[in-house]
Amino acid sequence: NPLLNHPILYINPNSSILIPSPPLSSISNTITHTQTPKMPFKRYVEIGRVALVNYGKDYGKLVVIVDVVDHNRALVDAPDMVRGQMNFKRLTLTDITIDIPRVPKKKTLIEAMEKADVKNKWESSSWGRKLIVQKRRASLNDFDRFKLMLAKIKRSGVIKQELAKLKKENAS
Amino acid sequence: YPAEDVKKPLLNKRKPKPTKLRASITPGTVLILLAGRFMGKRVVFLKQLPSGLLLVTGPFKINGVPLSRVNQSYVIATSTKVDISGVNVEKFDDKYFAKEVDKKKKKSEGEFFEAEKEDKKKLPEDKKEDQKSVDASLIKSIEGVPDLKAYLAARFSLKSGMKPHELVF
Repeated sequence: NPLLNHPILYINPNSSILIPSPPLSSISNTITHTQTPKMPFKRYVEIGRVALVNYGKDYGKLVVIVDVVDHNRALVDAPDMVRGQMNFKRLTLTDITIDIPRVPKKKTLIEAMEKADVKNKWESSSWGRKLIVQKRRASLNDFDRFKLMLAKIKRSGVIKQELAKLKKENAS
Repeated sequence: YPAEDVKKPLLNKRKPKPTKLRASITPGTVLILLAGRFMGKRVVFLKQLPSGLLLVTGPFKINGVPLSRVNQSYVIATSTKVDISGVNVEKFDDKYFAKEVDKKKKKSEGEFFEAEKEDKKKLPEDKKEDQKSVDASLIKSIEGVPDLKAYLAARFSLKSGMKPHELVF
């Protein structure tokens, strides 16, 4: 079906990514969970935890927690920003962690992020894919929105035809 | 001689500049008209006239908007551009759009009621020819882009959930 290749109707966030590596279990800086009872929390604040900024100047950025300042704030770093403190309320933890020493140099941080393949893991996760699709939809031109409307009408036409066929078969 | 020196008003040599054209509006841009009879129509921008108004055409065959002038403030510029290289718009300026002035006819009382039935002003043939010649090459370049013709024929409207300050045009 040619509609499946429509560039706007179906935004394929996976089109340019390699096959993601199998998820690494986050061990190193955390207590081993084998001894504790089943915890309701799955994502912990730890050094190396990748988080998404959900408020403020750096909204939408993926950052790495490199140190904890106090019970409210973390020291946070990313390849394209100056390392700085951020309140935990501004962060949403992701499933991704990387292996870094406490407060690494920028170069070490970037190497560790490459090694853990953070970018690809993020873009192939369902959360990451949703964000990519949202961004694409927000950036659509007026002409793009028109073409999208035409594609949606065409797709629903195809679906209705098939449905009518099935109904007819069922009725007979 | 007056008792005191009479001050002469200072010489004013300012020449009004033509309206600054928004950077997003270049020849060939598709514009959305926001007011008037053709509200919501998507239209092709040709050039800026010396008065500052924008010369614009439907093209007429596609959406019924003729060669006309439009104020920049009543227009949204989209980022869609049409290839306008084959179009010659040199001859159009503000005088082309001036209203035809009819000589006032003196009417006597009896003729008042008859004179109501004046025929509707017909568009002179040369204006129709101008429209056709401008639109010919435009329509060719429009048909080269898929869906563009249908896009220009459709009107723009805000639907439920569309936030104009968040839309990218």
